[in-house]
Amino acid sequence: MIEAIGRRAVAAVEAVGRVGHFLMDTVRALPDVATWAGPAIVQMRRIGVDSIPVTLFIAAFTGVVLALQASYTFTGTVPLYFVGTLVGKTMMLELGPVLAGLALAGRVGASMAAELGTMKVTEQVDALETLAYDPQSYLVVPRVLAGTVMFPMIIAFAIATGIATGWLTSLVLLDLSTPDFLKGLKLFYRFKDTWFGLFKSATFGATITLVGCSVGLSTRGGAEGVGKSTTRAVVYSAVLLLLLDAFWAVLLL
Amino acid sequence: MIQFQDVHKAFGPKPVLTGLSLKIADGETLVIIGYSGTGKSVALKHIVGLLHPDAGDVIVDGRAVSELDRDGLTELRQGIGYVFQFAALFDSMTVADNLALGLRRRRLSDEEIDDRVREALALVDLSGTEERLPAELSGGMRKRVGIARAIALRPRYILYDEPTTGLDPVTSAVIDRLMVRTREHLGVTGVVVTHDMRSAYTVGDRIAMLYEGRIRQVGTVAEIQETEDPVVRQFIEGRPE
Repeated sequence: MIEAIGRRAVAAVEAVGRVGHFLMDTVRALPDVATWAGPAIVQMRRIGVDSIPVTLFIAAFTGVVLALQASYTFTGTVPLYFVGTLVGKTMMLELGPVLAGLALAGRVGASMAAELGTMKVTEQVDALETLAYDPQSYLVVPRVLAGTVMFPMIIAFAIATGIATGWLTSLVLLDLSTPDFLKGLKLFYRFKDTWFGLFKSATFGATITLVGCSVGLSTRGGAEGVGKSTTRAVVYSAVLLLLLDAFWAVLLL
Repeated sequence: MIQFQDVHKAFGPKPVLTGLSLKIADGETLVIIGYSGTGKSVALKHIVGLLHPDAGDVIVDGRAVSELDRDGLTELRQGIGYVFQFAALFDSMTVADNLALGLRRRRLSDEEIDDRVREALALVDLSGTEERLPAELSGGMRKRVGIARAIALRPRYILYDEPTTGLDPVTSAVIDRLMVRTREHLGVTGVVVTHDMRSAYTVGDRIAMLYEGRIRQVGTVAEIQETEDPVVRQFIEGRPE
């Protein structure tokens, strides 16, 4: 029993050490701009452009549901133009970043873990090293930078889409006029709502890509190892994203 | 010159190398033979610093690999070509880009990179495959691209990890001829890890048998063929007992 606890404790400390080491290696690779600049542009396109359809799809339906639920809650007690307030605030502060982040943890995090895991088990990462490339500079830094830069952009689109579908729902299904929706939207708006959501999104992007890369590059075994890494990347990313969400709320709101 | 000095390496509780000592002279091709799982590939990876010894060291051109810093390792690796067991081609890149990647690291002009890519592919009889993806190539072609990727760097050393494993006898012979041609044309020092004895006799100047983590016997092809060591004899004759 004590032995088992000890083993787990040692494993946990080792895992923390590995993550710390991985982070330090990533930071150390940052000055190697010549190596990561080209791949970073490719990753920005892959993470950014390719993620837009799924993110907008989620945001569009979230906006619709938010407007309907707000109307259901407010009817008879609160003026209906508060639907605009609720849709705007919720999309900007929480649901835009978190729902899109969770979707991207699945899409981006899993795909990175699978790609780098496959590269690892087929010795492509070793091949890169023998060609005198640092895998951290060539594989990790471009992905993490791309995630950090592109997530806020994708999520800005998601927030705008959610608000737009919320407005359309209010207009068509709730008989709320555009001026009333906009009145509600502006009512408690603060610039902090925007930067908080986008800043949070950037940290989600960094976290999801770091986890995807770290898990992918620690893959062992063959196809089974790649499968396990992919699952681990999604689970770790989702858990960390929710913890980070709570952390920023406590710290910044 | 490459020199293994009493190298020990274990993975967890399992010892793999238990005092490997071996010298590879400039200009020769040394073949390391041995049973599967005896640490042949592990030994090869120590030469380029992909693995580090628990004790002992590998000396390349007078420098201890485990003591090299990041820049030192980069410099070392720029002088070594590594041919992986399953080629390890970057599957998202074309053949030409696979070859060019290592050359770009050497800050050559685009023109020079194109020339070297063409030249290396010609040497492995794969001219015209520049724009193909690795998935579109056969196993033998992938191995030849792997060799071309190493040759294109014009290295001082080429390390071959099981270059003929999984290939049919004719393709294996093509790869063997290619390794011999590479040595004759480029004068590189080669280290070949294999358990294919026909290949070992064809390409090797000397053969070393790795057994239980250390060298059991090392000698010229003729010496190995005439050995009286029962373990080496059993292995080279492929007898089950």
